Amino acid sequence: MSEIVLEHIVKKYGDGFPAVNDVSLTIADGEFVILVGPSGSGKSTLLRMIVGLEDISDGSLSIDGKRVNDVAPRERGLSMVFQNYALYPHLTVYENIAFPLRLAKGQFSDQEIDRRVNQAAQMLELGEHLQRKPANLSGGQRQRVAMGRAIVRDAKAFLFDEPLSNLDAKLRGQMRTEISRMQRTLGTTTVYVTHDQTEAMTLGDKVAVLKRGVLQQYASPKELYDEPVNLFVAGFIGSPPMNFLPVQNRDGALHSPFGSFSLPEGRARAFDGAPELLIAGIRPEHFRDWELVEPEDQARGAEFTAKVDVTEWLGHELYVYLPFEADAEVREALEELDRDLDGESLRTQIVAALEPGSLVREGDDMSLWFDPANVMVFDPKTGDNLTRDPANARRLAERSEQMRQRALERAQAEGASVVGGKE
Amino acid sequence: MKANPKKTILWVIVGLLIAVYALFPIVWIVSLSMKSASDIANRHFWPTNISWENYQLIFTGDAHDLFIPALINSIGICLISTLVAVVLATLTAYAVARLDFPGKSLILTMALGVSIFPVISLVTPLFNVWSKIGLYDTWLGLIIPYLSLTLPISIWTLAAFFRQIPWELEQAAQVDGATPFQAFRKVIVPLASPGVFTTAIIAFFIAWNDFLYGISLTSTSAARPVPAALSFFTGASQFEEPAGAIAAAAIVVTIPVIIIVLLFQRQIVSGLTSGAVKG
Ligand SMILES: Nc1ncnc2c1ncn2[C@@H]1O[C@H](COP(=O)(O)OP(=O)(O)OP(=O)(O)O)[C@@H](O)[C@H]1O
Ligand SMILES: [Mg+2]
Repeated sequence: MSEIVLEHIVKKYGDGFPAVNDVSLTIADGEFVILVGPSGSGKSTLLRMIVGLEDISDGSLSIDGKRVNDVAPRERGLSMVFQNYALYPHLTVYENIAFPLRLAKGQFSDQEIDRRVNQAAQMLELGEHLQRKPANLSGGQRQRVAMGRAIVRDAKAFLFDEPLSNLDAKLRGQMRTEISRMQRTLGTTTVYVTHDQTEAMTLGDKVAVLKRGVLQQYASPKELYDEPVNLFVAGFIGSPPMNFLPVQNRDGALHSPFGSFSLPEGRARAFDGAPELLIAGIRPEHFRDWELVEPEDQARGAEFTAKVDVTEWLGHELYVYLPFEADAEVREALEELDRDLDGESLRTQIVAALEPGSLVREGDDMSLWFDPANVMVFDPKTGDNLTRDPANARRLAERSEQMRQRALERAQAEGASVVGGKE
Repeated sequence: MKANPKKTILWVIVGLLIAVYALFPIVWIVSLSMKSASDIANRHFWPTNISWENYQLIFTGDAHDLFIPALINSIGICLISTLVAVVLATLTAYAVARLDFPGKSLILTMALGVSIFPVISLVTPLFNVWSKIGLYDTWLGLIIPYLSLTLPISIWTLAAFFRQIPWELEQAAQVDGATPFQAFRKVIVPLASPGVFTTAIIAFFIAWNDFLYGISLTSTSAARPVPAALSFFTGASQFEEPAGAIAAAAIVVTIPVIIIVLLFQRQIVSGLTSGAVKG
């Protein structure tokens, strides 16, 4: 149970390259915080600085109000699941999990150690493997052993570095729910690094998005999705990713390669002083097939017309791909964004996720419907989101905080103590 | 998968063939050491009567003065040079595997370079130098050249072994609440020890089997090791071959080696580090 505060944290490795640059985060007691970002954005570095395995070049890190920059890892009282598990191969599963307890000399009796290890093993369904060595376990079992070692003592906080990255989709889903439930019942502050969209959106109370060592936005998943601060966050959160279209801001309307539309009154005001060429962002799921939209809704929306290049039918959704031509300046901005996001497609196209009932097929000319109120507009130079609504963002933040408190109370009322705790 | 009986039989036969091939010379030596002097030329594989005459000869008989000091010399010199080689090589290999410093690859290349020189080309100059500075026919005079044989291979095997140890485990232990020393003792030492033991055994064998240095750099039983001493054995009379005594001595010097291997077999568990990290 603790609060972790990072203030202007900087990490420079030997070569002077800032792997983490001026990151400030406040992780409240009992909060579940996710760190996301493309490969090499400094997520592991940040986690390793919190746990004390990496020196902090500049800034201050405090746990429960106490500055811990120069405190040894073992005195910080945090537990960590490493990106590669780091199990002790010469010890059995039981001894691996008991390791931190045995190190705390005199603090735990043998019965107490046995009780805790068995409880953790039961929760992680490792009971029948306790006497085996890590080498003989499957990837998923090893991961659970690493998890067991982390939760068996009363750590102030859990730090997870992509713990599920090597598991198959099914086990990953299972473990995700398990972690979420465990965190709620224990109510332990947790920092979790991941590449996975679903993990980021479902597990976290708050998500910190990093890009090249710089914190882009730190907010609830809902806020990141609805009110991203810039092009990078907008493109990073959501799957399939947000579509970006070049638009000309002329005569109070936005002119895109697929057609023109105008934003609702309040949003358009933000463009005062902005350049003429802008980037509009529309999420794939905000498009609908014009044919299937009720007539009374059609009037409220805007229309894009284009030729369908490719369709993908997934059962519950139909993806359609529509290519467009972009001029040089926008193309450059989009390509750079693509590089930042680890993207491989340099094609300028939009993706729409339509109802599976849509009859559109490859080669058809089609009309897409969307609500202009859902469109975000970005400055191509700075990447800023010009349509961000700070009032709405604040509302979302408050709501997510309330939801977190409620979920925490509920979970703790239900499953009082899982591992540890007083008997 | 169920074992195919035909396949199993085939494997057993192949295994037996290899065992016979490998053990044949040893059995022969054992048999030879148990033949009495008159029986040596009996033109049979097995002795006509089992006789302990040769063993008596080397332990209590004429060869006693030659063999017993040599055995003590061999054990002492080899243990010391193994110990020194392993301690030095452990430190070197640890540095090579864990630290980044200029000249790192130079160390490994030099270690290899040293072991490339044929022993025979070094013996004569060493003989001259040792005679001048008084190291000739002393334990130290053999330990130093033995180190030149054992150190390079120890450094190479240990460096290769240490590179495979997942060093993150040390950090994991520290996060779990260990002091740096506890992390080293509880995690790194158990993982490194099989490599160290294996290296020690290899180094010991190399020193134990040396003949050339042993014969060239010693002149009395003050430092002469067993392989060199064997060449000084004589038969009961001028016309008798000392084959029986040599065979008995060969058996006796093999025993410490077997004991050492059996002793450390438990420590040499291969693949001990697998399962620590994913991938
Ligand atoms: N020991 C090191 N020495 C020098 N630079 C390093 C070191 N470790 C990491 N870096 C650099 O720091 C940056 C951030 O690395 P980090 O491992 O934190 O990324 P990450 O976000 O965890 O990436 P991934 O998602 O691939 O795990 C990278 O540019 C990397 O090259
Ligand atoms: Mg990482």
